[in-house]
Amino acid sequence: MRMLLLLLSLLVTPLVWAQATGPLIDALGTDDFAAREQALAALTETGDPAIVPALKALEGGALYRRLADDKVLIGREDGDGIALTDPLTGTALGTEPAGNVALIRVNNRLRRAIGASLGALTLRSPDAAVRRTAAEAVFVSRDATALPPVDTALATETDAKVKRSLEQARAAILLADDTLPTDTKLASIATIADRGGQAALALLNPLTGSTEPAVAKAATEAVRLIENKLAWAAAAQNIIYGLSLGSVLLLAAIGLAVTFGVMGVINMAHGEMVMLGAYTTYVVQEVIRTHAPGLFDWSLLIALPLAFIVAGGVGILIERGIIRFLYGRPLETLLATWGLSLVLQQAVRSIFGPTNMEVGNPAWMAGAFQVGDVTITYGRMWIFLFGLIVFAALMLLLRRTPLGLQMRAVTQNRSMARAMGIRTARVDALTFGLGSGIAGLAGVALSQIDNVSPNLGQGYIIDSFMIVIFGGVGNLWGTLVGALSLGIVNKLLEPLAGAVLGKILVLVGIILFIQARPRGLFALKGRAIDH
Amino acid sequence: MQGGILLPRLDRAGLAFGAVALGLAILIPVLNLGIPADSPFHMPPHVVALMGKYLCYALLALSVDLVWGYCGILSLGHGAFFALGGYAMGMYLMRQIGPRGMYGHPTLPDFMVFLNWQELPWYWLGFDHFWFAVLMVLLVPGLLAGLLGWLAFRSRVTGVYLSIITQAMTFALLLAFFRNDMGFGGNNGLTDFKDILGASIQADGTRSALFAASAIALALGFILCRWIVRSKLGRVLVAIRDAESRTRFLGYRVEQYKLLVFVTSACMAGVAGALYVPQVGIINPGEFSPANSIEAVIWVAVGGRGTLIGSVIGAVLVNFGKTLLTNALPEIWLFALGGLFIAVTLFLPRGIVGLWTDYWAKRREKQAASITPHPVTEGP
Repeated sequence: MRMLLLLLSLLVTPLVWAQATGPLIDALGTDDFAAREQALAALTETGDPAIVPALKALEGGALYRRLADDKVLIGREDGDGIALTDPLTGTALGTEPAGNVALIRVNNRLRRAIGASLGALTLRSPDAAVRRTAAEAVFVSRDATALPPVDTALATETDAKVKRSLEQARAAILLADDTLPTDTKLASIATIADRGGQAALALLNPLTGSTEPAVAKAATEAVRLIENKLAWAAAAQNIIYGLSLGSVLLLAAIGLAVTFGVMGVINMAHGEMVMLGAYTTYVVQEVIRTHAPGLFDWSLLIALPLAFIVAGGVGILIERGIIRFLYGRPLETLLATWGLSLVLQQAVRSIFGPTNMEVGNPAWMAGAFQVGDVTITYGRMWIFLFGLIVFAALMLLLRRTPLGLQMRAVTQNRSMARAMGIRTARVDALTFGLGSGIAGLAGVALSQIDNVSPNLGQGYIIDSFMIVIFGGVGNLWGTLVGALSLGIVNKLLEPLAGAVLGKILVLVGIILFIQARPRGLFALKGRAIDH
Repeated sequence: MQGGILLPRLDRAGLAFGAVALGLAILIPVLNLGIPADSPFHMPPHVVALMGKYLCYALLALSVDLVWGYCGILSLGHGAFFALGGYAMGMYLMRQIGPRGMYGHPTLPDFMVFLNWQELPWYWLGFDHFWFAVLMVLLVPGLLAGLLGWLAFRSRVTGVYLSIITQAMTFALLLAFFRNDMGFGGNNGLTDFKDILGASIQADGTRSALFAASAIALALGFILCRWIVRSKLGRVLVAIRDAESRTRFLGYRVEQYKLLVFVTSACMAGVAGALYVPQVGIINPGEFSPANSIEAVIWVAVGGRGTLIGSVIGAVLVNFGKTLLTNALPEIWLFALGGLFIAVTLFLPRGIVGLWTDYWAKRREKQAASITPHPVTEGP
């Protein structure tokens, strides 16, 4: 029976509101500030969220009284007249000449009251998310006048999350009052400590010096707990950043792991292959922008195969035109490919200009999500996954396809491979093209997080070589582990030493590491590696 | 052994080069100072400074050739030794400014005043003295090369791996010197020099003297390198270059030979940098950029690796071309430089000097063939 009554009342209340609030809003039109305040209080009493637009208009100086019938309406200046709308329903009521309406003025006292009642009203909004935001706002403001509305809201709140936010807001307000009994304070501290985070820390820190020993003790304990939690969260966040940086390094290095690691070719123009991939993305986006703007979200997926083909094609040209004459002369290869990188950079600079090109992020790359206290951006997450996918695909290609078999055969024993009927020259070109094409794929990903300029590749070439050597030349797993661990170490060092010094330390660390293990983390065993 | 130990035996090439360099050291200052400005033979001061710069690059190239051409160590970090020598000299020159800086601080250089430093960092002490700066010009690059070389050669890091490590070293130094709190002027480096050894750095006489000093340093460096490569030590170095493991099995301590020549070369590069800085009037972290070091390698490759004289020719020619091209067609320069890298490695593996010696060898062969034709031998 009681349930039925409750249901009935729930159904009826909106109707009652609509009937009751109309005249109450009109009461705001009185000339007297005190009377307006009373009208406002009466309005707030109704707890009807529908009056929020009217209050906002009042606060913003956009609430008018129509002189003809004393109705209070929301107005917007429209040419010479005022365009009027009904405050409750929002229906347009035509435009009146400015002389036919009077603006309802507010003073500071009234403005404060509006603010408080807006806060209280949103606490009772039918939308749980709005209620929660309102509770969070109260938590931050710690406005004592918000205590009664919070209490009333708590009494009727059913959503557990909102209820917790409300309790935290209540505790925050209570903590500001030093006159309350110790028990209340301790309970509040417990509630705040449960919340955690920087804001809670800021609330609790002053209490550690409280004159009441029990309160001081509880606060100190809570602060310690929160700080501990924050430190873990920061470490977790740094590891996420590190994995993200590591995946970027992995993408840049993985193509090099093929050309340098598997083939043994020192390709100093590897970074330029990455750059070509990024510029391909730019061109694809430009074409889409002018011809088919609706496809923009697909631009990266369209750019991927094209970047692979462009960079891979240039790679095959390089292999056929330059590198095949220099096999067995690694230092000469190094110099020739460096020269090539200069030419490619200058060519791109001549075509596209020296400035950074604008490459947009599709909608699915933008934004971030929260896991516990750790923020992860979608862009970084996709790049991480993309890096792993490229790695897995490369592994599959090398291990499970005839082409991969031939590549491994040629790199392990060229003359035997040739004797078995493998066209080694063709395999060489394809392997180099594969490595370059993967660099092009990396360029598509890097265009999302780095400046697309002719110098894009230069920033990655030294890092890439370090990672391939660090992981162990000729070992793809080593490249994966090397890239991710270097990314994490870099990001863990950053808060301690600063970004630049951290990078320097990592570089010096690798240089020293190579002295200790010249063949890298996962060295290939056997004699084949010695020339 | 005719010359004894103190007076190393001088070969004809070393003597000839020394004579040419000494001639230049006298001729250029005379053309600049002794001939009136309106004469067509007068050499303008900026040309003197430019040529002095080329000679410093030539000394750097010579040091690269010593390790690469004769010991097979392709260092992509010699620019770092060059820049460190330059910084040591730059620090001396900064101290010579004294209270004449923009801020007029009695002891601190301008950039330290600007960064609110209260006192001179300890590593700047001593740079008021020229002798100390000269010592550091040799010592700092030498120590760094010694440390890196000791670590690398001991664990037998060779070939491409060593190249990439040296490149990483100069890259790390580049990042480090860009930092303001390193105390080396950060991004802007050291500049606004006034005096060197009491003489104004802008004066024509000083410029000529610096040119002469560069020419003499180059000559001494050349003679030193010639002496090294012609001595027994040089023979072992070539043996290491061509067959490192075999040399080790023959009982030579390969890493010690390599370390010795690497440190010597680094000191030469440091001297080159020290002479370079007063002539161009600035030293900044850009000198550490890996591209500079690789460019020095290509000078050697163009001139002819393992010939010494080739590195000098290559450095002067490439830089002369750079001056011409960057003035006339700046966009073309990188194409030209990149093309040079590719063309030299593909078509001119022994450089200009190699081309020259091949040409003469062929001519001589032809002459020999025309004088005493090979007797026709019957097949078996």
